[in-house]
Amino acid sequence: MEDIVLETRGLTKRYGGVHALEDANFILRKGEHVAVVGDNGAGKSTFVRQVTAVEQKSAGQIFFDGKEVNFEGPLQAREAGIETVFQTLALADDLDVPSNLFLGREMFKFRLGPFSILDRKAMRERTLEALKTTAVKIPNVDNPIRNMSGGQRQCVSIARTAAFASKLVIMDEPTAALGVQETAQVENIIRGLKDRGVPLILISHNLRQVFDLVDRIVVFRRGRIVASLRKDETDGNDIVSYITGVKGTDAAFA
Amino acid sequence: MSQSTHGLGGLKYDPAKRSRPQELNVFIALIVIVAAFEILGRLLMGDSFLLNTRDNVDTFFNEQRLQIIILQVSIVGIIGLGVTQVIISGGIDLSSGSIVGATAMIAMSFAQVATVNGNPNPKAIFGDWAMDLPVIVPVVVGLSCGLFAGLINGALIAYTRIPPFIATLGMMVTARGLSKWWSKGNPISFPTDGYATIGKGMMPVVIFIVLAVLFHCIMTYTKYGKHCYAIGSNEAAARMSGINTEHHKILVYTIAGGLASLAAVVLSSKNLTAQAGMGVMYELDAIAMAVIGGVSLQGGRGSILGTVLGALIFGVIISGFTFLKLDAYYQEMVKGIIIVAAVVLDQWRQKGRSRG
Repeated sequence: MEDIVLETRGLTKRYGGVHALEDANFILRKGEHVAVVGDNGAGKSTFVRQVTAVEQKSAGQIFFDGKEVNFEGPLQAREAGIETVFQTLALADDLDVPSNLFLGREMFKFRLGPFSILDRKAMRERTLEALKTTAVKIPNVDNPIRNMSGGQRQCVSIARTAAFASKLVIMDEPTAALGVQETAQVENIIRGLKDRGVPLILISHNLRQVFDLVDRIVVFRRGRIVASLRKDETDGNDIVSYITGVKGTDAAFA
Repeated sequence: MSQSTHGLGGLKYDPAKRSRPQELNVFIALIVIVAAFEILGRLLMGDSFLLNTRDNVDTFFNEQRLQIIILQVSIVGIIGLGVTQVIISGGIDLSSGSIVGATAMIAMSFAQVATVNGNPNPKAIFGDWAMDLPVIVPVVVGLSCGLFAGLINGALIAYTRIPPFIATLGMMVTARGLSKWWSKGNPISFPTDGYATIGKGMMPVVIFIVLAVLFHCIMTYTKYGKHCYAIGSNEAAARMSGINTEHHKILVYTIAGGLASLAAVVLSSKNLTAQAGMGVMYELDAIAMAVIGGVSLQGGRGSILGTVLGALIFGVIISGFTFLKLDAYYQEMVKGIIIVAAVVLDQWRQKGRSRG
């Protein structure tokens, strides 16, 4: 199948005797935005941690970009083209926006091992470009992140992901701690990704947001995928009944 | 500069509210301290601290005093440069003073002359083969000692994950032991002329300034510097971003050790002798210079410029106390108070800034 970006077959994760994730079969197609929903402890974050190799899966297979992958760590996953915004922000507070965007992948004027000279101007310009394409407004990119609001920091984090995203973006509750306007800002970035055809897995508790943004909704319950529904063939009540277990206890879906 | 006035969610951005650089605060503190000594000097001693009051020399400032101020901090200042990059990257180095002691002893052993006033060198450590060697030998040997000690510090911290405090404390005690064992406590003296020129006159100041400029550039313009700040700021984030934090830490501590041993070479050359007790407390003075200069002990913040200003404050205080003919014991007590005050100020600044 040419148009599949990510596929998991029988993906399973056990912590001791606890089955956090059980036999997850998941497919993401090119340009598709999929939401992952479910109650706390349903296995959403566990699923993401296996895909991004923050943790090592107990069983199952992951196919990314046409071939089976076994990432040893999040770095490998990132190098392969999976960019993730984690719940805990991975930003260095004392650095400014360009330094954070380019952390670990700096641009250089000339190379001299560890003492390579940074091309600060180019990084700054590309940062402003990236912020423009992702529609993030940061008043002064030369300020350390420390001086910014939670929403601004989250936007930097997401802009960083979006700017470098080539193949797949994963966001784990990107708007959980944000105010109304900041949430709108993040949602705009996500729409921008859709326009650019970058596929997305969005973990969210906010069903309004989910219906607003994505094409398909995947429901997790007790470590299993219990539903995978196109947005236009379902509604909020339907999703809630899957989440709570009123429906879908003997999962049958495509 | 992007001068958009609207931030995220319509928040206004006020450029005037941008916080003042820490270095400016330190510079102001330096001016205040100098002014205080100037006023006290005129009141108590009837003499100027900073300006020239002698008739036989035609200068505006008291240049002799200015030279002494910077000369007496330049050697510890060299160590301070290394300690600064260690602290910025979230660590601490307690071993530098002992590395100075050990390096001075070892380097000096390779810098001795064969004959003193027609007699064999009374302080000779090795046989004739190690006498009258070219100056490059003791310098290379000395620097190797410091780099090696730093490498061990870094490797311990990176791979066994013991706290930097413990790793470098161990090195502090071990290296001091080595420096005492090296010549069974005897001083090592009578270096070659070549070795003696390294720290002659104002050479320590020249070396300090050149290194300060070099390290300012490294910390500001290179990947190495950027990663120091990143690791000190959020090590987990730095690792997630693909920075090899282990290799970076090893490099940081190796450079710190190298600078400590360079300070040892300069110091032993300046004093024309090496003793087992050389460099005692230097590590704390170096840390104090950095802290006074605004380098945060929590990592991620500070600069080489700050440390240089911190070193100057140090020098001014020592000179000022001498000038006021105050007992040397007061210097130590005041130094201690200033260090604590600097850290308390840093904490307050942090509190004022973090708004969640």
